[in-house]
This record gives sequence, C-alpha cells and structure tokens, in this order.
Amino acid sequence: MSPTAIDDRPTITEQLILRLRIPTKIRNLEASLIVFAMIINAAAIALVDIGATGALDAELIGLVGGLGAIVLTMHIAIRYVARDADPLILPIVTLLNGLGIAMIHRLDLATGLSGWQANATRQMVWTAIAMVIALVVIVAVRNHRVLQRYRYLWMLVGVILLVMPLIPGIGVTISGARLWVDLGFVSFQPGEIAKIALALFFAGYLVTARDSLSAVGKQFLGVRWPRGRDLGPIIIVWLVAMMVLVFQHDMGTSFLYFGLFMVLMYVATGRAIWFVVGGGLFGTGAIVASLWLDYVKGRFDAWLDSFNPAIYDAIGGSYQLVQGLFGFASGGIIGAGLGAGRPDITPLAESDYIMATIGEELGLVGVFAVLCLYLLFISRGLRIGFNGADDFGRLLAVGLTFVLALQVFVVVGGVTRVIPVTGLTTPFLAAGGSSLVANWIIVALLLRLSDTVRHQNQGGEGA
Amino acid sequence: MNRELRRLSWGIFVMFFALFVSSTIIQVFQADNLRVDARNTRTLLESYSAERGSIIAGNTTIAESVPANDQYRYQRTYYDGPMYSAVTGYYTISQGISGLEAAMNDELSGQSNNQFFDQVLALVSGRDPRGATVQLTIDPVIQEAAWKALGSKSGSIVALDPTTGRILAMVSKPAYDPNELASHDTVTVIDRYQQLLVDDKAPLVNRAIAGNLYHPGSVFKLLVASAALDSGLVSTSTTVKNPSVLKLPGSDSVIKNSGGGSCGGTATVTIATALKLSCNIPFAEIGARIGESVIQSYAEDFGFGATLEIPMPVTASTYPSNMDQAQVMLSSFGQYDVRVTPLQIAMLSSAIANKGVLMTPTVVDSVIAPDLSVITPFEAHEYSTPISAKTAKTMVKMMIDAVGSGVSSNAQIPGIAVAGKTGTAENGEGEPYTLWFTGFAPADNPQVVVAVVIEDGGGLGQSGRGNTVAAPIARKVMEAVLAQ
Repeated sequence: MSPTAIDDRPTITEQLILRLRIPTKIRNLEASLIVFAMIINAAAIALVDIGATGALDAELIGLVGGLGAIVLTMHIAIRYVARDADPLILPIVTLLNGLGIAMIHRLDLATGLSGWQANATRQMVWTAIAMVIALVVIVAVRNHRVLQRYRYLWMLVGVILLVMPLIPGIGVTISGARLWVDLGFVSFQPGEIAKIALALFFAGYLVTARDSLSAVGKQFLGVRWPRGRDLGPIIIVWLVAMMVLVFQHDMGTSFLYFGLFMVLMYVATGRAIWFVVGGGLFGTGAIVASLWLDYVKGRFDAWLDSFNPAIYDAIGGSYQLVQGLFGFASGGIIGAGLGAGRPDITPLAESDYIMATIGEELGLVGVFAVLCLYLLFISRGLRIGFNGADDFGRLLAVGLTFVLALQVFVVVGGVTRVIPVTGLTTPFLAAGGSSLVANWIIVALLLRLSDTVRHQNQGGEGA
Repeated sequence: MNRELRRLSWGIFVMFFALFVSSTIIQVFQADNLRVDARNTRTLLESYSAERGSIIAGNTTIAESVPANDQYRYQRTYYDGPMYSAVTGYYTISQGISGLEAAMNDELSGQSNNQFFDQVLALVSGRDPRGATVQLTIDPVIQEAAWKALGSKSGSIVALDPTTGRILAMVSKPAYDPNELASHDTVTVIDRYQQLLVDDKAPLVNRAIAGNLYHPGSVFKLLVASAALDSGLVSTSTTVKNPSVLKLPGSDSVIKNSGGGSCGGTATVTIATALKLSCNIPFAEIGARIGESVIQSYAEDFGFGATLEIPMPVTASTYPSNMDQAQVMLSSFGQYDVRVTPLQIAMLSSAIANKGVLMTPTVVDSVIAPDLSVITPFEAHEYSTPISAKTAKTMVKMMIDAVGSGVSSNAQIPGIAVAGKTGTAENGEGEPYTLWFTGFAPADNPQVVVAVVIEDGGGLGQSGRGNTVAAPIARKVMEAVLAQ
C-alpha cells in the first residue's frame, strides 16, 4: 500500500510520519515532540514566575516535573498498548494542558494562592487523575467495536449523568447554572462526562439507524423532507437539549449536545436536510427561551450591547465580558508578556476566561497559536474519520472531535463576542477537573481509534 | 461519508476562521478604543506602575516613588508630608489626585508632549517609562519657618519673591499627611479620606489658594489706596472729613473706626494717616469718592476675578459689583462681599513691592527629565502693571510708616525697614475675626512678600487683632528669608 492511499493530500508532516512505518519510530517522534512540548511548558511556567515575581519559584519544579512524569508514563504505556496510535495527539494535548497550568499558576501568583490552595496545584492533580483514567480507558478498550454493542447503556449513562444535577440533595447550583453534583467527597460536572457517553450512543445508534434515517419522504417546497416517523430521534434529543436549557440554565451544553447529534446525523445519512430540521427546532427553542427565560435574554443583551452602562452594571450583565475584552485589548498583537499583564482583573480568568488571559499576556500571536493547536488536534481526529475502516469508529472519532471543536468555538466565540457567552470550559486549558477528565478520555479514545486505523492499514490483526 | 466529512471539515474551519477574525478585531482594530474606556482599570493601573517623577524643593526631595513589591510597583512617598501638603497635594490609587500631583500629572507621569520622544525611546528599548522631576520654587528653609511660625493656629501663609513671582513658602493648617492617602490599601485610604473630608477643621482644603475665601478687612485698604492715588482722584495731600461715627447713606447703620474715636483726633485726615492708623471712616469716604468702577478696574489688574494656575488652580478672589453707596463704603475697608485668597493678598503687596509690576506667581521652578536635562526652565512672567512706579513708591512709604509708627508695629525687625499692613476682618455678629498681615522686607529692596491669614481670631475670639497675632508670625517668616 502506498502512503498516499491513506490521505488524499498528504502534508509534509504527514509524509514524514508515514515514512516512519515502523511503530517504534512513530513513538520516538511522539517522544521527541513531548519533550519539545514540555520545554515550552517549562519555559512558560518559568517566564510566568520571572514576569510576575522577578524570581523563580520552587513550585516550578513540582509543576513541570509532575506534568512531565505523568505524560512520560502515558507515553511509555502507549508504546505497549497502542503502538500505532497517532503521534501528534499526545504532544498537542500536553502542550495545551501545560500552557493551561502555566496560565493558572500565573493567576495564582496574582491572587496569592500557593501550595494546595493554588488552582495550579489542583489542576496538576486533576491532570494526573485524568491521565490515569485515560490510561485505563486505553488499556481496557482494546477493541472499540465493543463499545458499539453497549450503545443503549451509553444512552442510559448519558441521560443519568445529565439528570444528576437536578436530583435534590446532590445537585448544586453555581453562578445560576445547575450543572454540578456534590457527592460529599468529590464534586464534578456530570455533563462533561455525559458528552462522551452521548457521542458513543449517537455513533452506535446512527450506524444502525442510518438507512432508515436516509430514506426520502415527501417533496415539499422543492426539498425532500424526512419521513414523519423518522423524526422521533431528533425530537427526543431536542427535548433533552431544551430540558438542559430550561432546567439547568446551560445554553452551551444544550447547544453542544444538539449540535453533536445533528452533525453525526448528517455525516451518517449524508442528508443536509437534517440541518434544516434540527436548526429550525433548536432556533425556535432558543428564541422562545430568550423570551421566557431571563438568563438567556440577559446573555443575548450582554452580547449585543456589551458596553451599555446599564447592562455593564447589571447583575449577570456584561461586566465580565467587557473586562475580558479589556484584557484582550491590553495584550494587543504581541501581548504584555507572561506574568506582566493584569489578567486577574477579569473574574473567573482561570476558567471561563482563560483565553482572555492568554490574549492579554501572549497577545494575538498567542491566541492564534492556541487556536492552531486546537485545529491541528481536530485535524488529527477528523483524519481518523476519513481513514477508519468501520463506520462506528469513524462516526465516533468525528463525534468526539466535533464536540471538542464546537466547545472551543462556543467558549472562545463567547469571550470574543462572536456568539453570546455560555458556560462551557476551554478544553485542556481551563481550570476544572471534570473537564480535564472528560477531554483526556476523548484523547484516550482517539488514540485507541487511530491505533486501530493504522493497524488495519498495515494488515495487522486489527479488530 | 467522506463527502460529508470534507464539508464538516470546512464547517469547522469556518468556525475557527470566525475566531481568528474576532480576536484580530478586538486585539488590533478595537484595542485603542478599549484601552481608553473609562472602565478599563488596566490602563489606570498601568499609569500607576510607571516610575513617577519626584517633587523637589531646593535640594530636598519632598515626594518620590519608591519601588514596592505589589501590583502598583511603586509606592508614592512624601517627606515632611503635612508641611508640604498644601503644595504637593495627594496621589491616591482610587480616590483621585490633587495639588501639584494633579496639576503636573502629565510631566510627573511622563505623558506630557515634551516627553514624547522619551516615551517612544522607552517603548523601543523596552525599559519602563519614567516621569520627569518637578523642581519647586519653594525654599525648604522658609517653608519650615512658616510652618513653625503658624504653630497650632488655623490659617495660611504665602511667601513669594516679588521680582520673579516665585512662591517661596505656601503653608495651610490644619494639614494632612498625604502618605496616609498614598497607601495601596484602598479600604484604609477610603476610610482616612472620608475622615478628612468630614473633619470640621477641613484639613484637605488648601487655604492659601483654594479655601473658603476670606474677608480681607483692612489689608484691602492697600488696594483702595493704590487705586485712589494711581487714578489721580486722590493725592497725598487730599484730606477727608474725620468724624468718629459715620452714618451710612440710605440706612440707619453707622460705621466706626477700630477702637472708636476719630482717626488721630484731627478735623480732617490724609490717606497716609488713614492707612497708617487703619481708619475705616476715611477709607469709606475715599472709596465713595473714587467709586465702584475705578476700584473694580484696579482690583482686576491686581488679579481679582481671574482664575490663576500656579499651576494648581487658584480660586478667583471677588470684588462685588452693582453696589449701592453704603456697600461701596463697607467694601472699601474690606467688608461686605469682598473675598480673597491669601495668595491674592500676597500678589497685591507683591505689585507694590516690585515698583508696580505684578509677576505671575508659581510654585514650579523647572521640569527635569530622567536624564537630568531640563525640559522646561524657569521663566518669570509679568502678570500686569496695576499701578505706576510712582504710586508704588508712595504706597511703600505709607506701608513703612504703618509698621514703623502705625498700628502694624509688631512686624518690625530691628535694623530693617519693613513695609506692611494688618487686617482684622469681621465675620458677623459674635463671630471670631479673621486676622491678617501682608508686607515685605527690606522695604527698599524687597526680597520677600508675605501674606498671613489666621482663622477664628487665632483662638482669641473677638479680642485677637492682626497686629497682635498675624504680624509677629509674618515677621518670623521675613526674618527667615533675611537670615539667608
């Protein structure tokens, strides 16, 4: 098989990788890229210290060493359990995760948090936990097709996770959104994990239901509409999304789930009409919600008229958004420099507004670099979708990748006023354990899927 | 499926393209507008983190920015803070800035037009921008003498060099310590600021230039006498009637001379005697003779009615208009609605001391760049020439007599001719008097002009007099200058 058969238009990087057909060479490439990413991370954390305090801090060793050790463990494990996995995914995520820790550490310095109180330390611990879980997933899921078998289990898991925050006693409301579950010993956002369960369910369900869903119904207005009886699934998902919007006050998650289902339906059936149907349903829901729900209306007002003093000063108004914009503006093109800005002025700068922090200290250049890293990650995920041998694996890869892409768009688009602000986390960068665990599980699944793809193409035993 | 995936890839690319565009718009095209938004605290904090220039009097640093280990990077520090508070003002993080700190903010923060190239250089070389140093005209020795001479009394002293307009001392009491307001602990600063703001003694008010304006009382007779003589409407030989009681036209009220009786016991009296003995009735008659419009015009030449910047803004002193005859008479010895700043009274004496030429007063000697080059050197400016040299000479002679053998005797300095005039202004029934002295020494070659005002009768109620309370304080300040 010639290398070009794997991709229509191979890039130079891809050609380079493809020449390294022996698995250990791929892993060696991964190792050197991880070292490169860790050098950048160490430099970022060191510059944060020097920029903010003028001296290097002892916590630097813990942060850099800790992250390096976990990533290296992950890398060594992959050498044994997923030898052919994509060599770019882990370095990209290492870089994003490390950059996130650097920025969170930077905000800790500004707010005077240190030791176990520091968000960066917690992020470090959560990264370790997330990677261990990711390792377990890679080791446990040796054959991804097994996952398809349990599709209705994933549905059940997804729905339970979604409903959990609404259960009295364990559900917690934070900044107006009921997204959290507090089990006493640990609190987390089940919605983050739910997105993986739902991606698994959607992919598994659509692989079997695609033929029926592709069937053509009556022609109306020059368009062939789906048959009435096939509208069931999309209406159910729409109802779930609306429930999240109304009861959990979470526009972002609602949009994320629905968008994921719509895209997977389109990819599975090849029928763009699902976008029309889905877009119409969600659009109507959002408009009705903005009329009936104050918080949705508030988000739209803050988006459209951010600088209006009344909206700026209102509770739940545009104060945070505008402070974030001030942060971006003060960064300009090249940024204030790590540790040299004032990102702590923006509330929640370490989580929802981490991109404003990056924009302020690393400038437009830094924002572009981070967006390019995401794009590169997404392209690796989509590649699995293009090259996979089985449709479930392809749909799953596309679903997981798209969830991440949409999440980046919704959160970065929110802080840069492309769309109204919603409460989603920036994958890998933002402080928050649930988000890290969920996104590292996505990494594990993509690594497993990419390993299978290459395995099959090499004529190995495959799946 | 690959066709759909290709389209999806394009869709994701469009989404990210929107993010590239939006972040570019914010960080490049809207950045300048966002930076100047009043709600952008980053811009404000940035201005605090530049190394602000020092304020220097003589060879003494009275305010400077010391490196600090917090987000503001520098701590504004004042030395002898209360003593210089009337000049420096304060520099707070969140409660605004005042005094010279506000008036010279552009220079101190390095933002003035003259420092533009330095700013560009700082940007290119990557070093932090630095502000310029402001060299004051204040003489620390005289400032300290004035501060001590005023003691615990409420009031103000202005001392200046009549030939250049340089303000040598400017004191206002009670004062405050600007260090307390320069703290970076905003809560403490707001508490202290509120305390100072509601304090009955109004320590934040700079009485020398911006307090509640005072009745000048008899020191205003210098202006009426200057106007009368310079206009030619009254000469040194002109005599006016000298009763012990004068009924005001159109009313039952009467005016008396201070201490009762006539002015020196003669049937008629000259303007020189009236000034020397500070008699009210002759000045009421002189004022009525020359009229409101003449006095008004001279008052404006001396600086009344105009706001001045030294470079701190000075409240305009007022001479009332559209008065009836009785009001003109009352205002001619500094009562009714005549209101002045101590600086205005010093300017009045200054013009007389400087042969009729009034120099524009200022506290700023020069502005010095961080590389020690002088950005703005000192230049003396003439404000006006309110009276002729001849009138000035006559006035000096009359003022020497007032101190030498008149009612302003407590300003005498042995072996030196001192010219001066006291004032004891009434503030209404039962209220303590405002006590004044203004003058200069040596009379033939003045090195210093002073104006002293003491509020609340110097704590003596209605028994304090300008000559007993204000004149000795002025003498101490003049002696401090002459001792140099």
